[in-house]
Amino acid sequence: MAMTTVEKILAHASNREQVAAGEVVEPRVDLAMSHENAALVINQFHEIYQGTGLDARVWDAEKIAIIFDHRVPAESAKTATNQKKVRDFVAKQGIRRFHDIRGDEGGICHQILPEYGYVRPGMVVVGTDSHTTTHGALGAFAFGIGATEMASVWALGRVLNVEVPGTIKVEVDGQLPAYVSAKDLILAIISRTGAEGANYKVLEFHGETIRTLPTSGRLTLCNMAVEAGATAGIVPQDEETLRYLRKEADVLEVPGSFGPEPDAVYDEVIELDAAVLSPQIAFPNTVDNVHPVEAAQGIAIQQIVIGSCTNGRLDDLEAARRILVGKKVARNVRLLVFPASFRIYAQALEQGIIADLVRAGAVVMNPGCGPCLGVHQGALADGDNALATTNRNFKGRMGNPNAEVYLCSPEVAAASALTGVITDPRKL
Amino acid sequence: MATVILVLGSDISTDHIYPGRYMATVLPNETPQYAFADLPVNKRLNAREIPPGCIVVAGKNFGCGSSREQAASCLKGWELRIVAKGFARIFMQNAVNLGLGLVICPEIEAHEGDELEINGSQVINRTSDRRFAITRLPEARQAIIDAGGLIPYTRQLLLQGKD
Repeated sequence: MAMTTVEKILAHASNREQVAAGEVVEPRVDLAMSHENAALVINQFHEIYQGTGLDARVWDAEKIAIIFDHRVPAESAKTATNQKKVRDFVAKQGIRRFHDIRGDEGGICHQILPEYGYVRPGMVVVGTDSHTTTHGALGAFAFGIGATEMASVWALGRVLNVEVPGTIKVEVDGQLPAYVSAKDLILAIISRTGAEGANYKVLEFHGETIRTLPTSGRLTLCNMAVEAGATAGIVPQDEETLRYLRKEADVLEVPGSFGPEPDAVYDEVIELDAAVLSPQIAFPNTVDNVHPVEAAQGIAIQQIVIGSCTNGRLDDLEAARRILVGKKVARNVRLLVFPASFRIYAQALEQGIIADLVRAGAVVMNPGCGPCLGVHQGALADGDNALATTNRNFKGRMGNPNAEVYLCSPEVAAASALTGVITDPRKL
Repeated sequence: MATVILVLGSDISTDHIYPGRYMATVLPNETPQYAFADLPVNKRLNAREIPPGCIVVAGKNFGCGSSREQAASCLKGWELRIVAKGFARIFMQNAVNLGLGLVICPEIEAHEGDELEINGSQVINRTSDRRFAITRLPEARQAIIDAGGLIPYTRQLLLQGKD
């Protein structure tokens, strides 16, 4: 039977000619990523070895990446101490793909992995973060796992008992209109599937719109595949994948092809016309509560966040700059900007983007997860509404269960910063 | 027989179960204090008013969102069992890996205070006198459940020298 992209990758990683959805495999892992929660992984890893008399060594230090991003710089003594524990472990085990809190190589894990060429098409990537789905943008099978599962991967080098997921083909054609971008596309898709519509499945993206979408936008799409419940999102590798790897990630060797076979069997096909899409807003408190911006216009906002692993890339910042340059953020709203990595931060500095944003009234923060997960850098007051380019709007997500979070594109976020209410960027 | 102490709707995220602001706390013996931190049930748990084995009933997609294992370990710490119409993938794997009791029961109907009896194939609501079929957990994970969790299972594989 003809295989989908992920079936092909799993067959390869399990030394099988063929696998089909529903079969159980134990694939080799090419890349195992963790962030601050490596502290818990380390704890579970040592637990595995306890009483065995075996030396607790990771299976392959070159295939482990650890990036500090969730609480940087540390917001508490507890986090700082956990980060220290991870640093010690990294040194002891000889893990070189370690990105500490540094202005030359730090950033959000889901930006660092592609940027440093750690992810290649055809790889099996696991991460102790649900947004590990992001890396499907480069044609890898990438999915989130828990800390204990990761400890087992560190010990064995493979993931145990993986059920080959079925695949939903998402076919997107038509040109995205002005002020409509990848974020609007994925919100529209989640609106179609619902928050659990793709549970245990893979979203495989196809069509003219995807083919012409740069990798930055593909990362946005795959990042939020998990918000439809998907195990992974994936864009089969094409010319753009190879362009990104060569030009932006310094990957010189071109990997083999892992595209789907022509008559691959899909569980379902979802078709979308990008040309008729308007900017989309996910209302509180679920990501599938999506409406066109028209339905949200005029809702007062107190804090706007542009950044995160979803929309903190250079073209996102540039889209915001185009709207904000020479103008002022409204008096009653705080605009926080978090570039996704320090490489992006430096590029935005060189291109004058940061200066334009700051002059408009934005507070440009250090790269990291920022307030997205509600730990530090931008708490909300009781009764506040936040508008964010991040990926989740669950109750309490930004740290205060008495505040609400709306999700949108960088274009809508920037336009709304000028007015203090949710604003359609096409109508400025 | 066990008492239902909490009934929740669908799409209960890991932020409801274990809010992100407590994520700096990671160890399984420290996470239970923050279980359902923003709900009144948290006070009852910490006051030790809820005995082990009690049941949380939920709708579809329980545990959606983050991969944070604290969401499973905090419930395991109180020895709660979760009967839901469905579970999100990563949460379910974390629960199986840690040995948290999960029951998939697509039609479950119960109210707080109801007494439930759970056997291999069904949940019997003794208060309403109704029965609801159980969907078995994915068989792929059965070996891990049988071993008592992923830590002993992986340890067993290492000792057998299979890897």
